[in-house]
Amino acid sequence: MFKILEKDNLAPQVFRYVVEAPEIANKAEAGQFVIIRIDETGERIPITICDANRKSGTLTFFVQAVGKTSIEMSLMQVGDSILDVVGPLGNQSEIERFGTVVLVGGGFGIAAIHPIAQALSNTGNKTISILGARTKELILLENEMKNVSSEVRIATDDGSYGSKGFVTDILKEMIQNNVVIDRVISIGPLVMMKAVADLTRQYEIPTFASLNPIMIDGTGMCGACRVTVGNEMKFACVDGPEFDAHQVDFEGLLNRLGSYLPEEKESKERYLKETPAPCQLEPVSNI
Amino acid sequence: MTDTKNQKLGNKIPRTSALEQDPEERSKNFQEVCLGYTPAMAQLEASRCLLCKKPKCVLGCPVRVAIPDFIKLVSEGDFIGAARKVKEANSLPAVTGRVCPQEDQCEKHCVVGLKGEPVAIGKLERFVADYERVHGKEALEKVADPTGKKIAIVGAGPAGLSAAADLAKRGHEVVIFEALHKPGGVLFYGIPEFRLPKEILEAELDYLERLGIKIKVNYVIGKIKTLDELMKEDNFDAVFIGTGAGLPYFLDIPGENLNGVYSANEFLTRVNLMHAWEFPVFDTPVHAHKIVAVVGGGNTALDAARTALRLPTVEKVKLIYRRSRDELPARIEEVEHAEAEGIEFHYLVSPVAIKGENGWTTSIQCVQMELGEPDESGRRHAHAKEDSEVFIETDAVVIALGSGVNPLISKSSSELKTDSKGHIEVADPDVNLTSKKGVFAGGDIVTGAATVISAMGAGRKAAKGIHDYVMSLTK
Ligand SMILES: Cc1cc2nc3c(=O)[nH]c(=O)nc-3n(C[C@H](O)[C@H](O)[C@H](O)COP(=O)(O)OP(=O)(O)OC[C@H]3O[C@@H](n4cnc5c(N)ncnc54)[C@H](O)[C@@H]3O)c2cc1C
Ligand SMILES: Cc1cc2nc3c(=O)[nH]c(=O)nc-3n(C[C@H](O)[C@H](O)[C@H](O)COP(=O)(O)OP(=O)(O)OC[C@H]3O[C@@H](n4cnc5c(N)ncnc54)[C@H](O)[C@@H]3O)c2cc1C
Ligand code: SF4
Ligand code: SF4
Ligand code: FES
Repeated sequence: MFKILEKDNLAPQVFRYVVEAPEIANKAEAGQFVIIRIDETGERIPITICDANRKSGTLTFFVQAVGKTSIEMSLMQVGDSILDVVGPLGNQSEIERFGTVVLVGGGFGIAAIHPIAQALSNTGNKTISILGARTKELILLENEMKNVSSEVRIATDDGSYGSKGFVTDILKEMIQNNVVIDRVISIGPLVMMKAVADLTRQYEIPTFASLNPIMIDGTGMCGACRVTVGNEMKFACVDGPEFDAHQVDFEGLLNRLGSYLPEEKESKERYLKETPAPCQLEPVSNI
Repeated sequence: MTDTKNQKLGNKIPRTSALEQDPEERSKNFQEVCLGYTPAMAQLEASRCLLCKKPKCVLGCPVRVAIPDFIKLVSEGDFIGAARKVKEANSLPAVTGRVCPQEDQCEKHCVVGLKGEPVAIGKLERFVADYERVHGKEALEKVADPTGKKIAIVGAGPAGLSAAADLAKRGHEVVIFEALHKPGGVLFYGIPEFRLPKEILEAELDYLERLGIKIKVNYVIGKIKTLDELMKEDNFDAVFIGTGAGLPYFLDIPGENLNGVYSANEFLTRVNLMHAWEFPVFDTPVHAHKIVAVVGGGNTALDAARTALRLPTVEKVKLIYRRSRDELPARIEEVEHAEAEGIEFHYLVSPVAIKGENGWTTSIQCVQMELGEPDESGRRHAHAKEDSEVFIETDAVVIALGSGVNPLISKSSSELKTDSKGHIEVADPDVNLTSKKGVFAGGDIVTGAATVISAMGAGRKAAKGIHDYVMSLTK
């Protein structure tokens, strides 16, 4: 059992948790994830480790309430325990002195990119962060990102904050203004990661994306998380989750992420019907 | 109870068939198919054993169960004594009695089988184990005095569990680390409920815990801890690796990323470990398919096929195998059960592509195969006929082609020698020591995908090797 020590509601449907898991915290590195299962009838879902505090033995992660399990999670309170937390899984981000690294975080992906930005900045890289979301209140961790970036740029779809438009508009402008970029890392919705890859491919800027396929075991046993990268089959849980974004078959991944839509919908609707007033949740899609 | 002590009937009476759930009925539920023997049936079957002085059957058993000795106890009506006798060599008899390929092992060598049907050793083994579980209050075997030595077991499959049991009995402190949230390995996530009820596995695990063994789930060794950390920081004197062959093979043909295509591991894990058959009470689904095609012919393929058949929306299950019925590697009992339940067998066809529409599977494109002459191993090679394309309609494909070894641990420790396929190498299979000091390995991770009993046998041998090793350490 893994106890929830802190919980905050950071943005609509976005929750931050601090969970007691000393042995995982002791090992976790930027870019890795855990798989959690809330209770005996629960499913196993992957969640990115956004901070690991070795001293306090805690993990921080962010959950966006999108379906049955994440909504159920959003109703858990400080003092409650998560039945299973297994990790750290996946490979850590490559942290080296690359030079100038641009970190593109979309919506909820900002939380996942923060520890990578931090590690890269600590290693002496110049880190430029581009954060994007639908609207102002979904831009997470702006201050935290400022602390680990030499520059933070923001784009919102509706123009309510930063510049109106997409993160790729800002990235393109930077490239066209001859900012020398040695590496790009993007985490966010698939369409965003694909757009970033399509843009940087033209300029041959090494670009990495953290993929989020459906997973079960997270140890390379089931193959549910397979993605095509450079015409090869890879298992995101053990070979990733970060891959060379120029080689990723994003369409294939998008298709496979939709493979349980009817069941996910059924599960969620049933749960919402049975659960009295589970906060004020609106539909969102994070694909 | 009839006293059959001195009667040895051999082939004078036919082999006693076990009770079974009706095929029509069982193809709709997940309850166990084979219901086993009643005490009278067990005694009758036991009377067929000739109690050979030099029993050939024992040589066919990888862990050398004292077969005539336990069968004699059965015929005398001492079922609990019989169970204890089996347990001297085999710590999970309720499991092996159900899943051993007996026709290739103990029963293959039984002399009664020379002229007729062999003694049903597996069914008897199962009977005594079940009898003891229900009636036996299971007195614990004697555990030796504590030795003060600590041993880590990585992986709670049959290899790890049997190594753990033997080591605990020898007085060592044993901790099992398991990656998943439930111990049992393939016995839990792979072999389905209708063939091996989870309750039986739970009882066996319970027994291990009563021996004082700690099982820590959710621990992926190689990730949360390396082998060195286990030994240097957590002070384990030795480590046993029994992580199995859990890496699924795919076909490497176009269309494998379509929705509706699963590895057998994924399909079985969803249903067995995650209870997808009880969706939406359990949260993990398996898609509501109507037709499921399974590619392969081993136990895994048959388990996947028969599991699919039991899902509420599935109307038809097709098994696609490139050779013919004679070459099916699965246990014959499973093949017969599958046939009776109405699985459609498509022999001599081999998939070349999976076709789909809008991202979802619609059919498998296959070529027809022909069998050539048997090779040295006696297996007939299959080759494709020219221009022999066939399309098999389906909305799901489960690929059950066997599995390779998971590299998680060997990747995290450079000192562990592996062969070209990633199997951990052990110098002497009677000791199971790897190239790394204090680290032993056994089961599928060493041999590649094999059987439950061979994994258990390797676990026991390693336990002996580990015992000798840790007792030679001065600490
Ligand atoms: C390596 C990795 C790291 C992840 N990190 C986080 C994290 O830190 N926080 C977090 O909230 N989520 C994270 N996810 C996604 C998370 O696992 C899924 O959102 C979760 O399975 C949703 O479960 P659910 O039952 O609530 O929703 P479901 O009912 O399963 O899905 C609801 C909606 O979300 C979509 N969806 C489902 N799975 C995914 C997915 N894997 N990625 C994107 N959209 C999906 C569905 O299509 C559907 O529209 C991560 C996924 C991976 C693979
Ligand atoms: C569907 C199916 C049906 C089968 N049917 C039969 C049958 O009828 N009869 C028969 O004799 N054999 C059968 N087999 C084969 C048999 O199950 C295996 O040979 C046997 O289970 C191997 O045992 P093992 O202990 O080596 O590994 P496994 O049973 O694979 O157990 C390995 C365990 O190690 C864990 N693990 C892996 N990596 C790590 C890690 N890094 N850290 C911690 N834990 C880890 C895994 O999660 C797993 O629990 C079947 C196999 C399958 C897949
Ligand atoms: S363990 Fe398997 S092979 Fe050995 S006697 Fe029992 S059923 Fe036969
Ligand atoms: S070979 Fe057959 S008859 Fe002889 S002891 Fe074994 S089971 Fe009995
Ligand atoms: S989640 Fe099962 S192999 Fe990656």
